[in-house]
Amino acid sequence: MSETEILHVENVSKYFGGLAAVNNCSLKIKKGSITGIIGPNGSGKTTLFNLIAGNLKSSKGSVVFNNENITNMPSYQLFSKGLLRTFQIAHEFSNLTVLENLMMVPSNQSGENLITALINPKLVEREEDQLKEKALQVIEFLNLKHLSNELAGNLSGGQKKLLELGRTMMVDAKLVLLDEVGAGVNRTLLKDLGTAILRLNKEKGYTFCMIEHDIDFISRMCDPVIVMSEGSVLFEGTSDEVKKNDKVIDSYLGRSNQKTMDIQ
Amino acid sequence: MRKYFNIIAAYSIMLFLIIMVGIFQSWSIALSILNYCLISAVMTMGANIQWGYAGLINFGIMGYTALGGLAVVLVSVTPVPEAWSAGGLNIIGSLILIISLVLIVRLILKKYKNHKYKNYFITFSIIFGVILIRFVAFPGIEAIEAVNPAKTGFLGGLGMPVLFSWIIGAIFAAGLAFIVGKIALGLRADYLAIATLLIAEIVVSIIKHEDWLARGVKNVIGLKRPVPYEIDLQTSPWFINLVEKLHQGKLNLLSSVSDKKDMLNQLVIDASSVYVKLCMTGLFLSVVIILLILTQKALYSPWGRKMRAIRDNEEAAGAMGKNVVKEHLLIFILGSAIVGLAGAMMVTNDGLFTPGSYRPMRYTFVIWVMVIVGGTGNNFGAILGGFVVWFLWVEAGPIALYLINFFTTHLDETNALKVHLIESAPYFRFLMIGVGLLVIMRYRPKGLIPEKINVKKI
Amino acid sequence: MEDNLELLNAVILLLNYTVIPAITYGSQLALGAIFVTLIYGVLRFANFATGDMMSFGTMFAVLLTYYFQSAGVGLGFLPTALLTLPLAILAMILYMLFIDKFVFKYYRISKSAPVQLAMVSVGVMFVTQAIIRIIIGPFDRRFMDGEKFILKASEFKEMTGLSEGLTIKSTQAITLVVTIILVSTLFWFLNKTKTGTSMRAYSDNEDLALLSGIDPKKVVMITWIIAGFLATVGGVLYGLDKSYKPFVYFNNMLPIFAAAIVGGIGNPYGAFLGGYVIAFAEILVTYAYKKFFIYLLPEFLEPDSLVQLLSTDYKFAVSFSILVIVLLFRPSGIFEGKKI
Repeated sequence: MSETEILHVENVSKYFGGLAAVNNCSLKIKKGSITGIIGPNGSGKTTLFNLIAGNLKSSKGSVVFNNENITNMPSYQLFSKGLLRTFQIAHEFSNLTVLENLMMVPSNQSGENLITALINPKLVEREEDQLKEKALQVIEFLNLKHLSNELAGNLSGGQKKLLELGRTMMVDAKLVLLDEVGAGVNRTLLKDLGTAILRLNKEKGYTFCMIEHDIDFISRMCDPVIVMSEGSVLFEGTSDEVKKNDKVIDSYLGRSNQKTMDIQ
Repeated sequence: MRKYFNIIAAYSIMLFLIIMVGIFQSWSIALSILNYCLISAVMTMGANIQWGYAGLINFGIMGYTALGGLAVVLVSVTPVPEAWSAGGLNIIGSLILIISLVLIVRLILKKYKNHKYKNYFITFSIIFGVILIRFVAFPGIEAIEAVNPAKTGFLGGLGMPVLFSWIIGAIFAAGLAFIVGKIALGLRADYLAIATLLIAEIVVSIIKHEDWLARGVKNVIGLKRPVPYEIDLQTSPWFINLVEKLHQGKLNLLSSVSDKKDMLNQLVIDASSVYVKLCMTGLFLSVVIILLILTQKALYSPWGRKMRAIRDNEEAAGAMGKNVVKEHLLIFILGSAIVGLAGAMMVTNDGLFTPGSYRPMRYTFVIWVMVIVGGTGNNFGAILGGFVVWFLWVEAGPIALYLINFFTTHLDETNALKVHLIESAPYFRFLMIGVGLLVIMRYRPKGLIPEKINVKKI
Repeated sequence: MEDNLELLNAVILLLNYTVIPAITYGSQLALGAIFVTLIYGVLRFANFATGDMMSFGTMFAVLLTYYFQSAGVGLGFLPTALLTLPLAILAMILYMLFIDKFVFKYYRISKSAPVQLAMVSVGVMFVTQAIIRIIIGPFDRRFMDGEKFILKASEFKEMTGLSEGLTIKSTQAITLVVTIILVSTLFWFLNKTKTGTSMRAYSDNEDLALLSGIDPKKVVMITWIIAGFLATVGGVLYGLDKSYKPFVYFNNMLPIFAAAIVGGIGNPYGAFLGGYVIAFAEILVTYAYKKFFIYLLPEFLEPDSLVQLLSTDYKFAVSFSILVIVLLFRPSGIFEGKKI
C-alpha cells in the first residue's frame, strides 16, 4: 500500500445464499480525494460500504485502511480509527435533539461512564460545555442553527442527511463513506451539502467516498469516479471519461433506459 | 408544575386508594399493600431500565428475584456448623471443580480457536467434569441434608446483617445476568424473551431442588429482620406508653381498669404490627427514592444520551463508535441487579424464603404488565405501574367479590351459578390484569405516564 | 441363552420406561410446537398464550366428556373425549378467531413490531387463564374413560416368559395414531393444496405473496383454524395421558417453545421432530439406568447407585439447557431449512 492510499479493498466478496452481491471487488481510494461510486441498482455499492464499515461480514477478501487490516472489524472500532459512514436511509437518533445527536458522537467522554456521570458531575459538566460549543460550531457550519433544539426525528429528509454529515464532523475523521447523501434532498439543500463536503475536504483534509445517483452532483464533486456493475468494479476514471465509456453505457443500458437518460 | 400535573395526579389517586384500604379494611393491610407496591416498583424499575432504556426484553425477572431471595438466606441465616463439618469440604471442592471446568473450557475456546476437534474437547471435558463434580458433591450433599432435616438440612448462611444481603442479592443477580447476557443478548428480541424465561426456570428449579443450599421447597422461615420484632415492641415500656398517649381519648372513655387494660393490649398488638410495617415502608421508600434519583440522573447524563441513541438506532450508534454489545450487556446486568435487590427486599419483608412460590406468572408476567402499564422508558411511570398493578392484583379479588354479590343479589344463596362465581372470585385478578394490559396496549401504547422526551434548551 | 434373555429384558425395560413414554410425550409436544411455529411463521410473533390456548380447548373436551358421560353417550373401549373433539375444536377455533379479530388484527394491520404482538399475547394469556379458571377452576381433573390398557405388564410377561413387563396404555396408542393422522394431513395440506402452498408463500415472503394475489385474510384465518386443531388435539391427548390441570398446561408452554426453537422456528417439520428431541432428551437424561445395567453387566460390575444423570426434578431444565445450547451454536435451530 503506497503512502497516498487511505483505503485498499482487495478481492472482497459477499454471498447471500448463492447470490454474490459483491464479487471479487478491488478498489483503492487516494488520501484527500473525493471518490464517487456509481452503478445501477443492485450493483453492490451499498453492500460494499457495509462490508468496509463493519456492518456486514465479508465472505472473502481483505480491506486495508491506513496500512492496517480492518477486514470484518466491528464498526465501533473503525470509528476510533477515523473511518466513519453515513447511511442510505438517514440513521438519525430520532428521540435526541439535533444538538444531542452531535454531542453523543465523540468517544472517551467521561460522562459516558455511568459511575463518573453519577459521582463527578462537575467534570462532566465542563466536558459537556466544550462539547456543546463544538456542536454549535458544526450546527452553524451546516446552517441548522434554528433547529438545534428540535428532535432529529422531526427534521426533513435532507436535514437528516446534513445532520449525519455533521456527526462525522464532531471528531477528526480520516475517511467518510457517504451513502447517497443527496437522495431525497432538495436542490438548495444539496448545494449546501456539496459546499459542506468540499469545505471539509479542503479545510480539514477529510477523504470522502460517496455513492450517488445524481450524475451532475458526482461530476461536480468527485474525482475519480468508480463505476460498479454486478458486484465488482467496471471502470475507474474522471467523470468525463466515465460518461464517454462504452462499457459503462452498456451496463446501464442493459438494465434500464431510464438510467442511460440520467447518464447522458 | 404544569408538566408534572399528570404524575402528581396519578400518584395522589394511588395514595388515596391505599388510604381508603386503610380506612375500610385495616391499616395493617394498607401498609402491606404499600410495601409490596414499593417492592414491585423497584422490580419494575429494573425491568424498565432494560426495556425502556435499551429495548431488551427480559422475561427472566423471576430468576433474578429468586436469586435475590436466596442471597438473604445465604447471608443472614446463622451457619449450621454440623452441616459444614459433614459436607462443607465436598461442596467447596465441587465449587473449585466447577470454576476450573469453566476455566478449562475458556482455555480451549481461546487456545484452540480453529482446532478441528475443539467442540469434541469441550464436550468431553464438560461430561467428564460433570461426572467428577457429581462424584465429589454427592456424598457431601447427602450428609448435609441428613443433618436435622426437619429444621436445617442445609449449610445455613453467614450470619451477617440482613441489609447486607440486599447488596449481595443485587450482585448475585448481576452475575447471573452476565452469564445470560453473554449467551442470549445477540438474539432477536422475541428469542431473547423466550431464552431468558427458560433460563430463569432453570435457576428456580435449581433453587427448588438443591436442598443443601437453601432447603429447597421445605422453605426457610424466621429470617432476620432489619426492623424490630412485634413481640419485642409489645413488651417495651416506651412503645406501650406511646400507644397509650396516642389513644388517650379512647382509653379514657372506658371506666373499668381491666377493660382499659384489655383495650390497651389490643391496641398495642395492632400498633406493633403497623409500626413494624412502617419501618419497612421507610426502608423501601428510601431505596425507591435513591434509585429514582440515580436513574433519573443517569438518564439525562451523557451515559443516558448514549443509551437513548443506541435504543433509537443500533447501527448508527455503532458507526458512531459506541460498542452496542457491551452497552447492552451492561444495562442488562444493571437492570437485573435492581431486580435482584427487589427480590432480597421481598424476602426480607416476608421473613421467609419459599422457592416453590416463584412462578413465571407472578414474578415475570405481572411485572411486565407493570412496566407496560406504567410507561416504558419513564421511571415515574414504572413506579406508578408497580403501584397500580400490584394494587389491582391484590384488590381484584375483593372487588370482584363485591361486584358478584351486587349483581347476584336477586339470586338465591344456594344458586349454583352464584356459588360458582363466588368461589372463582380470586381468578378475576387474571382477567382484570389481562384486560387492563390489552386496553392499555391498544389505546395508550406508551403507558399511563408516557416517556417525556426532554428537550434541553440552551 | 441366559445372556440373550438378559439382553431382551434390558431392551424391554428401556422400551417400557423410556421409548414409549418419550414417543407419547414427544407427540404431544410436537403438536404444540407446530402450533407455535405456524403462528410464528405466518403471523410473525411468539405466542405466549400457547399453553393456555391448549388448555382452553382441552377444557371444552373435559366439560363435554362429563356431559356425555352423564347422558350415557360413549365410545365403548375408547375414551369419550375423542367423541367430543370436533366440538371442542370448533369452540377453540371460534375463540381464536374472536381473539384475532378483536386483539391481534389491529397490531397486524398497523404492522407493529413482533415484540409488541408477543406482549399482546401475554395479555391474551392472562385473559384466557382467567376464563379457564373461572369456568372450570384450577383443579386437577381426570377425564380418561374406556379401556385403560392395550397390553398389561402381567399379560406380556405371561406371553413371553420374560421377567420384564411391557405396558402399553391405550392413551399412548391413541396419542400416536391421532398424531400421525393429524400431522400427515397437515403436511399434505401444506404441500399439496393450493391454500397450503399460499400459506407457505405468505410465510416465506409476505410482500411477494401479496403481489401474487394471495388473500392475507384467508391465510390468517386458515392458520388459526389449523392452530385450533393442533392446540385442542395436543391438549386433549396430553390430558388423557396424564390429567388436566390448567397450571400444568401453562408450564408445558416452555418445553413446547424449546421444541419449536430447537426445530428451527417457522419450520413445521423441524417443530415436529423438535418435540421428540425434547421429549427423548428429558426422559433419557432423567431415567435411572440401574436396573438396565443390572441386566446387562456381569454381577461384579453391577452399579450400586441409581445411575441417573439428573434427578427427575430437573426434567424441564434438561429441555431448556438443550435450547440454550442450540441457541448458542445454531440459533436457527437444528432442522433449519425451508420455512413453512
